[in-house]
Amino acid sequence: MTRIQTFLAMAMAGAIVAGAATAADKPVKIGMITTLSGGGAALGVDARDAFQLAIDLKGGKLGGVPTELIVADDAQKVENAKQIATRFLKKDDVDIVTGIVWSNLAIAVVPSVTREGKIYVSTNAGPHELAGKGCDKNYFNAAYQNDNLHEAAGQYVSDQGLKRVYLMAPNYPAGKDSITGFKRFYKGEVVAEVYTTLGQVDYAAEIANLRAAKPDGVFFFLPGGMGVNFVKQYAQAGLIKEIPLFGPGFSFDEGILSAVGDAAVGAFNSSEYTWDLDNAANKVFVAAFRKAYGRKPSLYAAQAYDAALLIDFAIAAVKGDMSKADAFRAALHKADFASVRGKFKFGPNNHPIQDIYIREVVKEGDAVTNKTIRKVFTDHQDAYAAECKM
Amino acid sequence: MTAQLFLEQTLNGLQQGVMLFLLAAGLTLVFGIMHLINLAHGTLYMVGAYVAATVTKLSGSFTVGVLAALAAAGLVGAAIEMTALRKLYRRDHLDQVLATFGVILFFNELVKIVWGPQALFLSPPAALSGTVEIIPGVPYPAYRLFIIGVGLAVGLGLRYLIVNTRTGMLIRAGATHRDMVGALGVDIDRLFTVVFAIGAMLAGLAGAMAGPMLAVEVGMGEQILILTFVVIIIGGIGSVRGALAGALLVGLVDTYGRAFLPLAMRAALDPAAADSIGASISNVAIYLLMAAVLIWRPRGLFQAYGG
Repeated sequence: MTRIQTFLAMAMAGAIVAGAATAADKPVKIGMITTLSGGGAALGVDARDAFQLAIDLKGGKLGGVPTELIVADDAQKVENAKQIATRFLKKDDVDIVTGIVWSNLAIAVVPSVTREGKIYVSTNAGPHELAGKGCDKNYFNAAYQNDNLHEAAGQYVSDQGLKRVYLMAPNYPAGKDSITGFKRFYKGEVVAEVYTTLGQVDYAAEIANLRAAKPDGVFFFLPGGMGVNFVKQYAQAGLIKEIPLFGPGFSFDEGILSAVGDAAVGAFNSSEYTWDLDNAANKVFVAAFRKAYGRKPSLYAAQAYDAALLIDFAIAAVKGDMSKADAFRAALHKADFASVRGKFKFGPNNHPIQDIYIREVVKEGDAVTNKTIRKVFTDHQDAYAAECKM
Repeated sequence: MTAQLFLEQTLNGLQQGVMLFLLAAGLTLVFGIMHLINLAHGTLYMVGAYVAATVTKLSGSFTVGVLAALAAAGLVGAAIEMTALRKLYRRDHLDQVLATFGVILFFNELVKIVWGPQALFLSPPAALSGTVEIIPGVPYPAYRLFIIGVGLAVGLGLRYLIVNTRTGMLIRAGATHRDMVGALGVDIDRLFTVVFAIGAMLAGLAGAMAGPMLAVEVGMGEQILILTFVVIIIGGIGSVRGALAGALLVGLVDTYGRAFLPLAMRAALDPAAADSIGASISNVAIYLLMAAVLIWRPRGLFQAYGG
């Protein structure tokens, strides 16, 4: 580099620094811990892409302040997530942490963030441990409490007048929680509760037993690839038209549907968000997301986008001065932003009070997708809010 | 429990066993003949599934997809053998585990870069997508029957290859008297590459066959690898016959365990507890089977050729 070029570069750098300094605030740093490798990568990729999209649509700023999003991959491992959190807090000095997909990771990491006085905004995981007694003034969940979608499925199955239902979930804590959530609102008889191995690939034995039991319906919670396997095999056994299939939206997100294809058509699932929801904010989001990434946004994407909008609103409300911690938390709690879900508000435990819908898997042209068919819950609150003392 | 349900579960067990056999046959060949622990066997299974899904989508023909999967898995296998594994034959098993684990990580990332993190779609060919009432009153997926047929055909084909052909003779000889075969002028390096490629093609076939029933996704190989190791340990390491026997045994025990243990527990316990405890016990059923077989026959059900 010649001396003149060096001088010019230095002068330009100086000008940029001076320009930023006049904006009264330093940039906002948001640390995103999410899953970008391994079997659960699709969920984290959706969250990252949607969060980044929200920042991009606002010209690289949230709440009018230049925003830097630092993304790190936890590979769905607790140890990695903890290490990343420590790095974000001690070295990168982030203002807000977000992005964890899995509840077991969230339980391990969130308290260490909130204890340091930093804000954590959840884009997906909503374990009951953090919703009830373990709630925290620095913890905000922009997605749902884990039980919510299972509860909605239970309510819907009851509403449909199904009397004998067969339940299936993996043999681990979130699997048992899903069955608990379902049964909280389902009033009929439970024919069997089947607990499968985590990561199981073949469900022929369970499907044969299920057929022999002749239930009115099947509720299952098998996240990720397990759900793809089960739904394909269920359809191949010729059962999907015979015994209706119900599940939470996780087993039927847009990524999973593209892998399951026609096999899933006719299944019902519950979700607080679907790309077809009719509101202005969602239309903008879906169009921008499809343009940027060439696919339909899943509920994971929507939740991350909403989390970014929530932060955007709160930063704007304190005029970019996040050092006023109480005012910033109050603004986050107020959550007066245009959610892609149509409306959004927080309960006393900073978990959403929101509408939950049932959707049917339908074929649209060549693509298999979700279609919202009915609202099951209006302003539904989680079962743990009363235990939260802040 | 009705007789129909029992028969249906038996078919399920056989089908699961056949699937495991396709994987275990390749793994046991490589282990028995080359004395190589290949953790990356599941990677070849994944490659087979991904290539089958992609080529089936492009060509519109499942048959073409399966053939492409065979070719791809064989080529990738041969490439891995020649570049990475050849240097490891004389080394410790631990070094082999480490190196082949590295191969897994490499291919998982590569597949994600090429195909993205979303699972791929592959459905059974139209002719096999329905059900067949092979047991009265029980519509059984035609595709699963097809898998049983393919698996048995592969078993017979392998038997013919090993017992009746010159390659098979060299494979058997190489397993027992490797140095002598080399001294007689047979190119051992090439033989090993061929054996590894055959193993890889079997894994690729298993992946392609599994695609229509399973999620074609990164990491699918590791899910099934542990079960495959259980199969070859039960069957006797290096024995293809053993792999078949072990695979069917594991398939049946696993299926019966999952299907009937919770039902049996219900006779003694309240339903919720029975379902939960039955599920936990059936999870370990195949490991109990493995322990029992090893106590009875420490080297597995069948001895490898002379080994």
